Amino acid sequence: MNTRPLTYAQAIREALAQMMERDPRVFVIGQGVWSPWYVGTSMQDLDRQFGRERVIDSPVSENATTGVGIGAALAGMRPVVIHPRVDFMLLAVDQLVNEAANWCYMFGGQVSVPIVIRPIINRGGEQGAQHSQALHAWFMHVPGLKVVMPATPYDAKGLLVASILDDNPVLYVDDRWLYMETADVPEELYSVPIGQAAVRRAGRDATVVAISYMVKAAVEAGERLSHEGVDVEIIDVRSLKPLDDATILASVRKTGHVVVADSGWRTCGAAAEISARISEHAFDALRAPVARVALPDVPAPTSRALEGVYYVGADHIAAAVRRVLHERATHPLRGRASVPP
Amino acid sequence: MDDIPITLLRAMYVTMLRIRRFEEHVARLVERGEIKTPCHLYIGQEAVAAGICAALRVDDQIFGTHRSHGHYLAKGGDMQAMMAEIYGKRTGCSRGRGGSMHLIAPEVGLLGTVPIVSGTIPLAVGAALAAMLQGCDRVTVAFFGDGAMEEGTAHESLNLAAHRRLPVVFVCENNLYSSHLSLFERRARDNIVDAAAAHGLVGIRVDGNDAEAVHAAASQAVARARSGGGATFLECRTYRWRGHVGPSWDLDVGVKRKDELREWLSRDPIARLRQSLVSAGVPTEVLDRLDDDVQAEVARAEAYAKQSPYPAADELTMHVFYSEDASR
Ligand SMILES: Cc1ncc(C[n+]2csc(CCOP(=O)(O)OP(=O)(O)O)c2C)c(N)n1
Ligand SMILES: [Mg+2]
Repeated sequence: MNTRPLTYAQAIREALAQMMERDPRVFVIGQGVWSPWYVGTSMQDLDRQFGRERVIDSPVSENATTGVGIGAALAGMRPVVIHPRVDFMLLAVDQLVNEAANWCYMFGGQVSVPIVIRPIINRGGEQGAQHSQALHAWFMHVPGLKVVMPATPYDAKGLLVASILDDNPVLYVDDRWLYMETADVPEELYSVPIGQAAVRRAGRDATVVAISYMVKAAVEAGERLSHEGVDVEIIDVRSLKPLDDATILASVRKTGHVVVADSGWRTCGAAAEISARISEHAFDALRAPVARVALPDVPAPTSRALEGVYYVGADHIAAAVRRVLHERATHPLRGRASVPP
Repeated sequence: MDDIPITLLRAMYVTMLRIRRFEEHVARLVERGEIKTPCHLYIGQEAVAAGICAALRVDDQIFGTHRSHGHYLAKGGDMQAMMAEIYGKRTGCSRGRGGSMHLIAPEVGLLGTVPIVSGTIPLAVGAALAAMLQGCDRVTVAFFGDGAMEEGTAHESLNLAAHRRLPVVFVCENNLYSSHLSLFERRARDNIVDAAAAHGLVGIRVDGNDAEAVHAAASQAVARARSGGGATFLECRTYRWRGHVGPSWDLDVGVKRKDELREWLSRDPIARLRQSLVSAGVPTEVLDRLDDDVQAEVARAEAYAKQSPYPAADELTMHVFYSEDASR
């Protein structure tokens, strides 16, 4: 395959462009899609390339825009609905959950809703509570929705293609903090299967299961820990729903120590679900309790003094890995017969 | 409109100057990199906040948007506390949790400004409902933009307010843009005000750059609300001089707007009110002195903000829930 370096944002754009070229049913609707202010370079000049009939910048009407996308999907199109912030998509949760997610089941599986909803996580920068939320876990909760979160340029393209090809509603959640990540991306169209995790770093001592931006943070933490003689394995889940239990559990069985890292809130977050599955299915392999790295249960503040301690990253992951490895030595479970030495 | 007393004209003039000078200074501070929180400047629209709030009592209540420095000042909010908030300081009006987009001044009836477009429209209707249930003659104002009229919530709120005859005034500041899109890129017709009639409300289109006209329309709407006559919808036609967010003049990528901007600059609401004051016999030196005072006030606000402490890192989790102790 011919590859060349692309940023994460360019990779998103390329997936959209190639799918629109290939399939006349694909169109884009959402706020700010004509403006780099909202979507960075991830939509650059798509409107010029395909016309503003097919790349539609919408009024400030999230619920209607999403419903319009769902309706168009029911009538044979393959819409990509863009919400420039997850926060704004909250006005569209009704259409997303009541209609898109339930539709197939409510009608006995006779009809599909092949829609991609692309909410963007856009946080930091002293924007505060209504402009910083990462709410992917809410949507994992809902039957009938798939949720993918690419962490690399390769996956940004491949997962978006897979999402558009999928016959079901897929929430494709990208993160502005990753837009400038650069890596080799194939020129041709390819897709990354939804529901397959990737091992980003092989290691023996501890597993870090990471989501989206936290994969980047985990790789950084992994580098640092390797200088301390700690060898971590990093799993990029790529798809939150369906979740690739097998890859996660295999790694847990190998290392016995797990940190789950997510950039959403801790309580009922994606990390909680992943931790639960690990304790359900690999309890015997755990040599210390599963640790979570996630946001504190606090709305995003604006003050730089508070923002600085709010977000989590490589430091938090490294500290959590050290902690689980230390707990192995001190945890009361250590004496139990079922726990391997 | 010669029935507006000169003291009131002068008060509106000072309000507008305070907004203008405050924001011009914020623009400089953003340019200098001192301020990071996104600031949506109100420059050019000052007559709306000033005219509406001049028709309100202190106990009347208002809600605002992402672009609410003007509403905050016009309702009587403390300039120093807003500047400190923009700096992210503990002394800020939201204690460093809100920044420019989340302002509050409950002591003067500003119940909150937030950047979720249309988010506060039903809140204003709710505050009006509360006033009715409490048997008091308080009036509530919802400030919002033309873009907000594209949200379902806006229309749901108009209907509810009309149906319950609630004491609320809807103030739609139609500045012809919603971020990078002009009105005509979002609507089939320039007919926002017609939504009022469709919901059974009185709807009036006002020149939003004419403080006296805004004040006159607001006075009627407020009187109607206060006397049990129900809600009014005012579409105030105006223009934001700067970009959607931040200090630049023409940031909005790929759109507009040089000629349009030039035309609207010539309709400066402050120059217009100044002209009225001068015609009414107020010496220009007096008006200049007012401006000097305002500039000094802005400088004091900046100094106050700068010397204020940041919230401590261990206060991150404070205020997630209300507690009497922490609310002071
Ligand atoms: C629910 C929601 N959707 C989208 C946005 C993004 N957004 C922020 S301000 C804005 C423009 C709103 O335009 P208008 O209501 O006319 O207010 P103006 O900025 O002109 O004062 C938009 C679309 C948002 N903040 N909230
Ligand atoms: Mg507007």
